[in-house]
Amino acid sequence: MIPFVRNARLWFAPEEIRQEGPTPDYRFSLANERTFLAWLRTALALIGGGFAVDQFLPDLRWGWRVGLALALLTAGVLCSLRAVNHWVRCERAMRRGEDLPASRFPAVLSLVVAVVAVAMVLMVLVGWER
Amino acid sequence: MNADAAAPRRDPGLQPQRTRLAWRRTTLSGTVVTVLAARSALQSGPSPAAVAAGALCAVLWLAFLRLAHLRIRALDASYRPGALTPPWAAVAALCTVALAVCGAAIVL
Repeated sequence: MIPFVRNARLWFAPEEIRQEGPTPDYRFSLANERTFLAWLRTALALIGGGFAVDQFLPDLRWGWRVGLALALLTAGVLCSLRAVNHWVRCERAMRRGEDLPASRFPAVLSLVVAVVAVAMVLMVLVGWER
Repeated sequence: MNADAAAPRRDPGLQPQRTRLAWRRTTLSGTVVTVLAARSALQSGPSPAAVAAGALCAVLWLAFLRLAHLRIRALDASYRPGALTPPWAAVAALCTVALAVCGAAIVL
């Protein structure tokens, strides 16, 4: 959590990033930007999924429906915060000539999506209606 | 004139164009989310709080469109565009976070 907070300062400090080292090839920076945007779209898809659960499963019991929607919205928030954090870390690593940061986040996100999908299948099959 | 004149006036891998399209796709995803948010806000027996949250979603969507537009303009301006700078990325991500928070307000 502490490295995350330290990086959060960098989100708004372009000068500090620029001082790190030589500017990398613009193509690497653009690739990093596209990766950031792909993660942002993933976050938007999770948020959209939250809205979809709320609207298109109206027969579900209130607790399950809101719980599932909030879980997806929370996953979207975490995904977008992580997207900008990872983008800053990659940008810095490229300037310093270090390896790109490794991350457990994609694995965790896949597991969360799998659990949510199984939960939805169960709800539709068992039909926990109100 | 100089040696650069012979160099191609575009990136051979079309990197700026790909990045521009990535921004476009992201604004499209944002549009879908905003439409779903508006639908949610108006459907569930529109309470003032839900309508306010829906309106805020629309404002956030406009802010994100503006940001994407500025970045796309910057990408088009040069065939070797500069990197995205931190405040822009952070604002784009925070727009997404705020959309989700509005979503939670609408859903609850």
